Amino acid sequence: MTDSSLLELKGVSKAFGAVQALSEVDFRVRAGEVMALVGDNGAGKSTLIKGVAGIYSFDEGEIYFDGARVQIHSPKDAASLGIEVVYQDLALADNLDVVANMFLGRERIRKPMRLDEESMEVACTETLQSLSVTTLRSVRQAVAGLSGGQRQAIAVAKAVMWNSRLVILDEPTAALGVAQTRQVLDLVRRLADKGLAVVLISHNLHDVFEVADRITVLRLGRAVIEVMASDTSQQEIVHAITAGTLREVPGMVN
Amino acid sequence: METILKSKNSLFRSDATQKLMAFAGLIALFVVFSIASPNFFQFSNIIGILLATAVNGILALGATFVIITAGIDLSVGTVMTLSAVMTGVFITVMGLPVYVGVLGGLTTGALAGFINGSIISRMKIPPFVATLGMLYIAKGLSLVISGLKPVYFNDTPSFKEIAMGSILGKIIPGFEVPNAVLILFGAAFIAHLILNKTVLGRYTYAIGSNEEATRLSGVNVTFWKTAIYALAGSFAGLGGVMIAARLNSAQPALGAGYELDAIAAVVIGGTSLSGGEGTILGTIIGAFIISVLTNGLRILSVPQEWQIVVTGTIVILAVYADILRRRQ
Repeated sequence: MTDSSLLELKGVSKAFGAVQALSEVDFRVRAGEVMALVGDNGAGKSTLIKGVAGIYSFDEGEIYFDGARVQIHSPKDAASLGIEVVYQDLALADNLDVVANMFLGRERIRKPMRLDEESMEVACTETLQSLSVTTLRSVRQAVAGLSGGQRQAIAVAKAVMWNSRLVILDEPTAALGVAQTRQVLDLVRRLADKGLAVVLISHNLHDVFEVADRITVLRLGRAVIEVMASDTSQQEIVHAITAGTLREVPGMVN
Repeated sequence: METILKSKNSLFRSDATQKLMAFAGLIALFVVFSIASPNFFQFSNIIGILLATAVNGILALGATFVIITAGIDLSVGTVMTLSAVMTGVFITVMGLPVYVGVLGGLTTGALAGFINGSIISRMKIPPFVATLGMLYIAKGLSLVISGLKPVYFNDTPSFKEIAMGSILGKIIPGFEVPNAVLILFGAAFIAHLILNKTVLGRYTYAIGSNEEATRLSGVNVTFWKTAIYALAGSFAGLGGVMIAARLNSAQPALGAGYELDAIAAVVIGGTSLSGGEGTILGTIIGAFIISVLTNGLRILSVPQEWQIVVTGTIVILAVYADILRRRQ
């Protein structure tokens, strides 16, 4: 199993002053699977993700990407490995249209300084089609006019556009209604089916069991359990989140 | 593929209604004043309106960029004056060629804008405060450098021609449109291209729309903000050259209040002070609305004090119309 992990963290720790946010956490995710990262508020999910995204550096521990030991000290390092993060609220600029948002920061330029709108529009349309995001009226629509689900889909599409190999989604369904949650979860599934590694952070265990292949539970800065979603139940995960153990699963009881 | 053909400009579709309203307002003013006075719709008076718009319009172009980033530039008026004075110093005092003086004026404006942008993006001082400081600095420097006296360009008659000559009049006899008007439209066209076709324009909207998302997308917001303020400063520098050429002198005491006229033009043109929205065309229409009003009321012998009251009312009404539109 270990050899096929795309991202593997070994014994990572991070402290903020006296607060030990992460203690010797092991975490891994393979290409083509959705790994859910769950835990209570303050369990260390965000810290773990920000370490991988290069926003913080871990104090201790090792990061392996594609089998090779790597250092991630900045968001640029993460991006160059093919790691993209979709942040909860901060992903899009409302006044820009879909194309402009998807290419924000990586615009294609035709010499001397002109934006290459045609080529960006084509690439944007192709990416959205490949992800089966088909509910948009126009890719020239301002993002402000889109539904929550569509916005989230654009944010995800923006992340996968750059030949990314690992996409981290921070609470992608938190603000969505039932139908829109459905759309986004379908999209998350398709990412994994396309061979990307996906890390899904969510408080909603129903969503987690909908799409996740495996689940890692963090509690008080420690990874208490990693389990196949098909081998467990919501009750057991709730128990692990709150008490730190997984009951009644043979061979997994601490 | 249909979407590709459909809508090149729909990025700005939300502004279309506002622009339409502003444009309709401008036409309405023309019609009303034309009916009210036979002197209004005369070639010479229209040229007068265009000429009166030139300096404010150019300042407003730069202000448009800054306001779309959700910033503000209070220093454009006094930076304009400083640029005019520097142009005077280069040409009259130092005896440099006219084109060097013009470049010097533009550079002065760009430099002031660069300093504004650096203070705002690196020292994290709010734009209002940073550019208020620059307002005073530029004003003080203009007085110091000029020694409180106007600088005249009497020895270089070609300088005046930059604004008051008429290349068009030479090509088409009788069609004496001053160069200042051509420069205004040329500058507006360039500003429009920068805002809509380049990365700088794209980031102007992005920063005003969601600065944090822009940063997280990997855009060097510090660099681009500085560039945007430097661009606004360059337009103020151009405004300085234009006003000096028009008056055939650099008046160090002039300039206060020009920033407010520029901001008024931008706001009337539908650019939102909360950022992310706005167009160059809107700003030009806004600038013309102000000068048509001023001109028309003067022709109707309304006292100048009342013209200012009317301008203020129009600013408020324009923004209120924008708010009503958004509610729908």
